[in-house]
This record gives sequence, structure tokens and C-alpha cells, in this order.
Amino acid sequence: MSSVFEKRSNGIDGPPSKIKVSDLTMAYGDSVVMHNLNFTVHERDIFIIMGGSGSGKSTLLRHLVGLQEPAQGTISYQGTSAGFWEMPPSERERLLRRFGVLYQDGALWSSMTLAENVSLPLQEYAAVDAEEISALASLKLALVGLSGFEDYYPSEISGGMTKRAGLARALALDPDILFFDEPSAGLDPISSRRLDDLIRDLRDSLRTTIVVVTHELASIFAIGNNSVFLDAQSKTMIASGNPKQLLAESKDPRVLAFLTRGEEASRG
Amino acid sequence: MEQVDLEYARRPDGTLRVALGGDWKLAHGIPAPKGVIEEIEKSPPPRRVIFETGVLAGWDSGLLTFLLSVLSRCKQLGVEVDRLGLPEGVRSLIALATAVPAGPARRSSEPAPVLARVGDAAIAWWIGFCDTLAFIGEAFLSLPRLFTGKARFRRSDFTLAVQDCGARSLPIVALINLLVGLILAFVGAIELRRFGAQIYVADLVGIGMLRDIAPIMTGIIVTGRTGASFAAELGTMEANQEIDALRTLGIPPMDFLVLPRLLALCLMMPLLCLYADLLGIAGGLVVAGSMLDISPMQYLLETKRAVHLNDLFLGLFMSAVFGVLVAVTGCMRGIRSGRSASAVGEATTSAVVTGIVSIVVATAIITAISYVLGI
Repeated sequence: MSSVFEKRSNGIDGPPSKIKVSDLTMAYGDSVVMHNLNFTVHERDIFIIMGGSGSGKSTLLRHLVGLQEPAQGTISYQGTSAGFWEMPPSERERLLRRFGVLYQDGALWSSMTLAENVSLPLQEYAAVDAEEISALASLKLALVGLSGFEDYYPSEISGGMTKRAGLARALALDPDILFFDEPSAGLDPISSRRLDDLIRDLRDSLRTTIVVVTHELASIFAIGNNSVFLDAQSKTMIASGNPKQLLAESKDPRVLAFLTRGEEASRG
Repeated sequence: MEQVDLEYARRPDGTLRVALGGDWKLAHGIPAPKGVIEEIEKSPPPRRVIFETGVLAGWDSGLLTFLLSVLSRCKQLGVEVDRLGLPEGVRSLIALATAVPAGPARRSSEPAPVLARVGDAAIAWWIGFCDTLAFIGEAFLSLPRLFTGKARFRRSDFTLAVQDCGARSLPIVALINLLVGLILAFVGAIELRRFGAQIYVADLVGIGMLRDIAPIMTGIIVTGRTGASFAAELGTMEANQEIDALRTLGIPPMDFLVLPRLLALCLMMPLLCLYADLLGIAGGLVVAGSMLDISPMQYLLETKRAVHLNDLFLGLFMSAVFGVLVAVTGCMRGIRSGRSASAVGEATTSAVVTGIVSIVVATAIITAISYVLGI
């Protein structure tokens, strides 16, 4: 599998591949959601998975974070010996610790305070003492603007704060790859913009690769530098690349309709 | 590579130079900031603090927590800090972490005085009590709507509830009551045999099961099975705002959710109790036949002689009352539940505990009344 993660083959030395998806078919039982997906996420990309509602964006994310096994095809990650599901379980577990995932509604554990939510992964996997764990939890909460909210329970804070606390938990183990499921959903435009800025800041300072599932156009253009477009009708990806370039260069009416909120289609 | 280096020294001009080298990662252990902080606190304080990270091989959150401790102490003491020597990523993360001032702390760490806590508990109990009364009142107010055909609920919900708390409860009700009948007969047989009065095992089991034990056992089984399921189901609906959605449509949750469950349990409990009576007597019959050489016919004739219709009806009445209690406590705890996973868990526990306590209390009251009335 070493060839999978060689430098880009176009002759230019770009950043190495972080995730490589080859011939992926996703299905629930006999019902195929998407087939023939092929794309690569490069190091320090903010990679957008976009598409209409019900196109399988969240299902693809579940595949990328190892929650669901592909019906066909492989998903390989940088620095691993084989595809995710072909690896021995111990290696798979080590790989999962390199991921941070922000779920759509934050998915905070309701019986724990914010600090405890962030501390749990550290207690499980980081060989540091309790004092250091508490300092790290405060740091992660401060990074997302929640300094001082350590002792609050998830039910006592707003939706936007819940999402940011979820992000603090995702950052707990200094992840190599961060996955976001609909980060802007349910947020006001200003909070949504702040979260976009935060995502970009984290990529730049932590040198993290970021994969975002979203259909918020403002976010897509503001932060994405690479993307894949899933189409529910043909059940496969119909475009990939920089979203701004797709808007400028794509000839596909479905992609253009999506990226212009249907204005292109109504004009045509 | 895996070594973490930390050096700090004052220059003649009063500048404190902190040099960081090696791989500053949590996995390798991060030095405590105590030494640097003590150096800053020494009198006279340094004119300013500068960082050197030319030989820093790598870093993670461990370096950030170290630096934030140092920076926060410098800020408290008014010591100037030059962050230019830090890697760019570290500088921007520190800026991010200190950009938003700390929010309000949640609560003081000191516990409230005993009297205040007792007062709070009493007030909470009183509010809970009033809430329970209000819920029961609301449930009764929905009954006239039911009888006049104005209650809005789906018939399919009612039949589903009937199936769930009736037919699906049969196996567990059968098993428990058969065993309880067996145990009762067994305990009775040992004592009664000493007086040659073993035939009265049939009286003991018949009267005991019909009047009290079958309704109580069935009530407790249904509390654990159906009451808990009502609380969890309605609690999850509350958490998902499904109950709010009904309210905004003008559909009273009491009619739509509570009534079908209440009716179903009220109708099914006497039937389950009758079934439990028969199984309990069958359990006694097995012990009488195998241990005491009493023929089935003799046993049944003795049961018929000892047991009166009053005993049967008292048991059935009690079970109908239990049905109302279990349905009301289960639905109330569910609808009044909070909106988190732990709140749904608490609602379920509370439904079972309240259900069982109310069954026992109701049994005591009904038994006392039936004694006074001579039933």
C-alpha cells in the first residue's frame, strides 16, 4: 500500500495524501447509497463533502471515521499498512485515536460537565496526570472560546456553545484529521462565520487535515480548498476539486444549480 | 529526539530568556512550569520574558498548557512578554485561547448550609407533589372527553398498547405467578403437614393468590415492564420535542399519548390478574400433588369451597387500580422528564420506584377498607 501515499503523480510536489478512497460503494443492506467513489484528501486540506439532502454525505462521513464498513472498495489513511477494514483491530484502534469528530448536535455526554467531556479521551489515552488533564481540558475549551464554562453541563449551555464544546472534545487528543458533520447547522450566521474562522485557524495552527460535511454555501466557499460533490440521483460523485473552481469552470448543471442555489438552473 | 529541553536564565539587562528544545509532546512528558514561574516571581521581577525555540523539534497541546501558565503569571505580575520567538502556530493558538475572556463560573465550590439544603429539598418535594396532583387532575379531565368521543388519539396506538401490555406480558406473568404459587404452597405444606391439615394448602394458595399476591406480583411485573417502557418512550419523545410538536398542533398530549396507554393498562391488568390467579393455583396444585398426595380433584374442590367470588373481584379491582397507577406514574415521569439521556434514565427509574411504592400503598389502603367493609 505504500504507493498509495506517494507524492502527487502530476509531477508537482504537492502535499502528501492523507485519506485515499478507492472504488467505494456504500450500502445499507441491499440498498446502495453511493457507488464508485474515488477521491483523495491531501494533508492540510479543508475538504468539503457536499451534495443535496439525502445524498449520503453523512453516510460517507460515517465510512471515513470507521463507523461503517464499506460494501465495496477501500479507504486508506496515511501512515497505515492497509485499508481501514483490512488492518488488524489494534492498528485500527490506534488510527482512530488520530481522528477528532464533531457530530451534528455536538453529541456531548449529558451526564458529564464540559471539562469532563473533554477530559475523558485524555484519561483513556494520554499518559499524563490529573492536574495536566485538567489544564489540557481548560486549554481546549479556551481554544473554542468556552473558558470559564468547565463546570457547566451540556443542558445548561446554548446550541452554538454545545457545538463548540463538541469541537473542544474532538480536539482533546490533538487529532491528525478532524471531521465535522454539518458544523453550521442550527447556528446563526455570525456564530457560523466564527466557527468557519475557527476551523481555518485550527488547520493553520495545528497543521490538521479537516473534512467537513456541509451544504452551507457560505462555508463551502469560505473555507473549502478541495471537495467532492455527491449526487443523489446518479448515486455517485459527479464533481471534485476546489469549490470556487467548480463554480467557475464546471459545466454540469446539477453542480452549478447547487453552487448557485438554483439561480443558474432557473436562468438556463 | 524524545528529550524535552528547558533552560531559563536572566541576562544582565534583566531579560528572562526561556529556551525550549526537543520534542515538546505529552507522550514524552512535559516539564512543570513551576521553575520558570518561580524565576519570574523572584525580586526584582524580570524586565521582560523572551522565548527561544530554534531547536524545538515538535510540539502539541502540552507546550501550550506550559506556556499559558507562564503567560498568565506574567500578566498577573505585569511582566512584559515577547512571543515573537515562539513558532507561528503556537502564537496563533495562544491568541485563540486568550481571545475570549473567561465566562461566568457555574457555582461556588462551597456547599450550601444544611438548613438551605433542607429547605430546597422540601420546596422541590412540594413542587413535585403539586405537579403530580396537576397531572392526575389533567388525566381525569380528559376522561369526559373520552366518553363523549372528543378525545383525540389514534385507535392503532390504543391497540398497540393493548398488545404490548397484555399479550406480550403473558409469558413473564405466567412464569412468576406459577413459581409464586409453588413457593406459597411449599411453605404452607411444611407447616400444615405437621397438623395433618395439608388439604388447607388449597385454601392458603387460593385465597392468598386471588386476594393479594396475584394482583401485587402482576402489578410489580407490569411496573417494571410497561411502566418503565412508557416513561422511556415518552421521555425520549419529550427530549426530541415530539411532545412540543403535538402541543403546537393543539393536540393535548394527555389525550393523544396518555389516554390510550391508561385505557389499555386499565383493561389488561384485570385480565392479566385473572390469568395470574389460574397459574398461581396451578402452581399450588403441582406441590399438593407431588408432595402431599392430594389428587387434583380434591385440591380443586377444596379451592372451590374456600374461595368466594368476593376474593376474586377484590383482586381484579385491585389490579385495575394498579393499572391506573402504573400508567399514570409511567406517563407522568416520561412527559415531565428533562431533555437529556440521563434525564430519560432518571424518569424511567423514578417511574418504576413510584409505581411499586404506589402499588404497595394502594394495597394497604384497599386491604384496610375491605376489612372494615367485611369483604
